[in-house]
This record gives sequence, structure tokens and C-alpha cells, in this order.
Amino acid sequence: MSGLVLQNVVKEFGAFRAVNDVDLTVPHGTFVCMLGPSGCGKTTLLRMIAGLDLPTSGAIRLDGDDITRVPTHKRNLGMVFQSLALFPHLTVGENIAYPLRIRKAQKEEQRRRVDELLSMIHLPSYADRPVSKLSGGQRQRVAIARALAISPKLFLLDEPLSALDAKLREAMQVELRQLQQKLGITTIVVTHDQREAMTMADTVVVMNGGEIRQAASPIEIYRRPADSFVADFIGQTNLIEAEADGQGRATVFGQAVAGLHLPPGARKATISIRPEDVHLTAPGAGALSGTVTFVRDLGGTIETFVDVAGRQIVAVSTPRARPEVAVGQPVGVALTPDVCVVLGK
Amino acid sequence: MRREPPKTFGDYAPLLFPAGMLTIFFVVPFGTMIAVSFFQRQQGGFYTPAFVFDNYARFLSAFFGGVLGFSLMLAIAVAVCCVVLALPFTYLLTRMARSVQVLWLVALLSVLSLSEVIIGFAWSTLFSRTAGITNVLVALGIMSEAKALTPSFAAVLTGMVYQAFPYTVLVLFPALVRLDPTLTEAARTLGASPLKAFFTVVVPALRNTITATLIMVFIFALGSYLLPQLLGRPQHWTLSVLITDQAIYQSNMPFAAAMAVFLVLVTLGLVALTVVAGRRGEAA
Repeated sequence: MSGLVLQNVVKEFGAFRAVNDVDLTVPHGTFVCMLGPSGCGKTTLLRMIAGLDLPTSGAIRLDGDDITRVPTHKRNLGMVFQSLALFPHLTVGENIAYPLRIRKAQKEEQRRRVDELLSMIHLPSYADRPVSKLSGGQRQRVAIARALAISPKLFLLDEPLSALDAKLREAMQVELRQLQQKLGITTIVVTHDQREAMTMADTVVVMNGGEIRQAASPIEIYRRPADSFVADFIGQTNLIEAEADGQGRATVFGQAVAGLHLPPGARKATISIRPEDVHLTAPGAGALSGTVTFVRDLGGTIETFVDVAGRQIVAVSTPRARPEVAVGQPVGVALTPDVCVVLGK
Repeated sequence: MRREPPKTFGDYAPLLFPAGMLTIFFVVPFGTMIAVSFFQRQQGGFYTPAFVFDNYARFLSAFFGGVLGFSLMLAIAVAVCCVVLALPFTYLLTRMARSVQVLWLVALLSVLSLSEVIIGFAWSTLFSRTAGITNVLVALGIMSEAKALTPSFAAVLTGMVYQAFPYTVLVLFPALVRLDPTLTEAARTLGASPLKAFFTVVVPALRNTITATLIMVFIFALGSYLLPQLLGRPQHWTLSVLITDQAIYQSNMPFAAAMAVFLVLVTLGLVALTVVAGRRGEAA
């Protein structure tokens, strides 16, 4: 099949297993973000796809060909490094032309392609500037253009935007996504920034401890996290312990929640509910009762921290959709059953 | 931290000690040497103050010109050999495990601790007919009979490269350690084989370091006067050997001084040329 396929990929550094038995299929033209805390194996996985590290076992296929042992320079890919790795002794144009020069393309052809790429990254007439004279965002674009110079089959980026300030990063995320859609190139980005992943990706791959915990579309990951790690790592969430009563209904803090059921046979489970799905009501009224402990008013949204039977639950709401409450006041907490996710234990 | 340029005399005070030492132990002797180079030589090893150009005039002969040319050529050859050998070596060394690096650096430092005399005699033994490495080659059946490899130009070159190699590695090491390893990785992802990446990225990115190292080894090799005598024939003797010969054995201080001054001037000229050429290369 066309696209990138990882089969049972394992990478061990001595006794440490950095990547543990990863299976992943990336169809041609998709944008994949690998997301996880540092040390989760995402960068190692990317380096194996690039051929900079060899897997201990398993196979990597690109468009049906086994590339597991193909050396990096024969894989015809484009990669952007976290440090960008622009060559300091070359100008902007020479940097972008480097992969073409290595492949002995005609001088005329090189110049034409460099001009094309420079206008694509909105830096026309920058060809003769030294790399050291560029701003962070400009260097970023040059690194992207250099990686795309040969129109690679696979575009890999390792924490590409981490060196930019917040505003520029957001703008670059949008730009990168638009560029990828225009070129229709299979792209894999490693990041620890979930906003970045949510903005750009078709598929988000959440990793932890060298394993893929969930691979799905951003909205699926957000709404239907596979386990408590994913639920907690992506966005803010409230993880609540629930117990089953005799009829399979869930009880939370000893109070039954109408309409919420645990999987058959399960006696205990963790429930994830996003703060924006927690509604505050007047005390009583069929909801869990709690006490407000802290209010963080951010203007656009208000985060209310509520203590329910010793556990903290966070509710996020817009200022108008929330009863006026103050710290120390009793409040009702309503959990909407159909947005609660029962996580496997 | 803000740094202000020094303003009062007191701010410059820490400079006094090194400046004084430099004046007493370098500027004054060097000035004396320049003065002596213009003095008149007296038979019997003395000289009288004068201002004559005889010493320089004598130097401008085919013989001394040839020796000067050979000395420069030898020093350049040593510098080039050292850098060509040391650059890939150091590059690979910086990519090895810490413990391996330490082991190699200790070994190289121990070579530095050897005196030139020991290095010279060791190599003359290794290159000899009776106890040299050719005997090993004979034992292995590669050569038919053992022969002496010294005295010869190759022997001089080998000895001097051996002596200068640790310096070269130590000068290159910090620059190569600082070199971002992702540069070569980036080159590889862009289609360059490891060897091509080394020549298209590592070498050009380190151009200034390489030039500086070449100059350092060149100057270091220019001062060598023992190894050419121990491992070479008289035609492989450098100007430093002749200077020693004139100063100590012929007791002709003015002529020795003139040669030394001339050597310094030529060296400075060459270094300046290299720096200017490097600047122009950078601007282009």
C-alpha cells in the first residue's frame, strides 16, 4: 500500500527500551503529529523513520518497499531538525540548493528551484543572504524549503517550532498545515505541544513510555481518549473514580449519576470529563454537591475549582453561562452522561 | 553581565605584570637579536656594534635561499599532513564514547610529554636496518630484506608529523566538539553520504579553525631543529639547524641573528597572507 508503514518497531539502547513494539500506518498525504512527554520515544521513532537510528527489530516500509536498512541519504526524504541545522557556511540560496547540488542537478535547474521555493516561503530575493542574518522565523522557513527542495516522499519535522515565540509559532503552524495540504506530502511532526498537534494534524499519535497509546484524529483523541494518560495529556480533564452499583449504573462519590453506565462486569472505572462539560448549578437539583475552593477569572472563560467529597473538579465556562458563585459557597456539579468517557482500567 | 571598557589607570593595572614579563623576556631579547643582526662579526667569536647589512647580504645566496625554501616547504608539508590526518581522526573521536575519548586524549598527551630527542631516537631505531620496522615486513614476507629508511626526507616528515599530531588534535578537538552534530545528520537526510557530508559540511563549516590549525602547526614545525638532524641528511636540514650551527658552533652571532630575524619576517608574511586570503575567501 502507498504510504508509510511501521511494523513491530523496537528500539533498545542497552537495557532501555526507547520504542516498544510500535505499529503505525500513515496513508499517503496525511499529516501526522507524534505527541508525548519528553522521553516517550517519539523522536527516536522519527529518527528511525529517517534512518538516523536503526531499529533493533521490526520493519519500516515506504510505498511497499522495505526501507528498514536503507541508509538515510538514499531515502529521499526531507527533514527539519529542532536546531534547524542550517549550514552556517552557506547562504540561504546555497542551503536550499544543497540537496540538489548533492544530486548533481544542473546549475540552471538549481537556481530555478531555489527561486520557486523562496517565493513559496515568502522570502523572495533572500538567496544571497548569509543564514546568520535571518530572524528565527525566517530560518525556520529556510529549513523547511531546504527539506522540500527535492519534493520528497516523506517530510519529517522534529519539534520544528519550539524555538519560536508563541505568536510566531501559532502563525507557522497554520502556514505549515496549509503548505502540506497544497503539496499533498506525507508529513510527520514530532511535538510536545498539543495545541500544535491539534492545529495541524490529520492524525495525532499519542505516545508514552515508548508505546503508542492512541492514534486518531484530533477531535477523536479529545472526545474519546483511549486511556487516562491520553485523557490527562490532551487538554485539561477531570478524572473521577466511579463504582458500579448492582444495576450497572455508575456511582460517583457515593451518588448515582443518572444515565451513566459502566461496561458490563466492571466494578470500578475511571471517568474522564472535560472541564467545559462540567456544568455548575444551584446546590441540590439532582447534581453532585460541592464547595467552591478557587475561581480563576481569565476574562473570556472562568475556571471554577470545586471540592466534591475531597476531590477537586474543575469546571470551565463562559462568564454568562455560569451561576454567580464565590469561594466557600456550596454549588451543584452536573455531569452530562453522554460526554463522560469511561476509560478502560 | 555588563562589560565596560576600562577607564582609569587602575583598571589597566592587572595588565602591568604580563606586559612587564613580555617586555623583559621577549621584547628586549628580540630587540637585542635584531640589533646584533646588524653588528660586525669579529674573528674569534666576538662582534662589535655596527650597522652593516653584510649578514643579510650573505644570507641572500642560493644556498641559504634553498635552505629557507626547504624549511618552509617542510613546515607546510608537516602542517598539511597533520591536519589531513588529524581532522578525520578528531571528528571520529568526538563521536565516540566519553571514556574512549579520554583514553585517546591521555595517550596523545603522553606523546606530548616526550622530548624531541626521545622521539628522534625512537624513530631512527624504528627506521634502522638492524632493528627497524622493515624487519617486521620481512618476517611477514612483504619485503625480501631489511633496509634502512633513515636518513631520508620521509623519515624527517614522519618524525615531525608524529611530534605535531597531538597538538593538532588538541587544537581541533574543541571546535569539533562544539560543531552541531545535527549538521551532518541534516546533510545525510538531504542526500549526502557520510563521506560527502564530511567534505561538504564539516570541512567548510570549520574552514577558519582549519586555517588557524594549519598556521599553528606550520610555525611549530618551522622551529624544529633536532629531528631533521637525527632523521635526515644535511640537505634535509632546516634553517633552524643552520641558525643553531652558526650561533653555537661557528660562533657567528650576527649572522645567526640575521637568519632568525629573516625567518620571523618570512613566517609573519606567510601567516598574514593566509589570513588575508582567508578573508577574501569569506567575502567571495
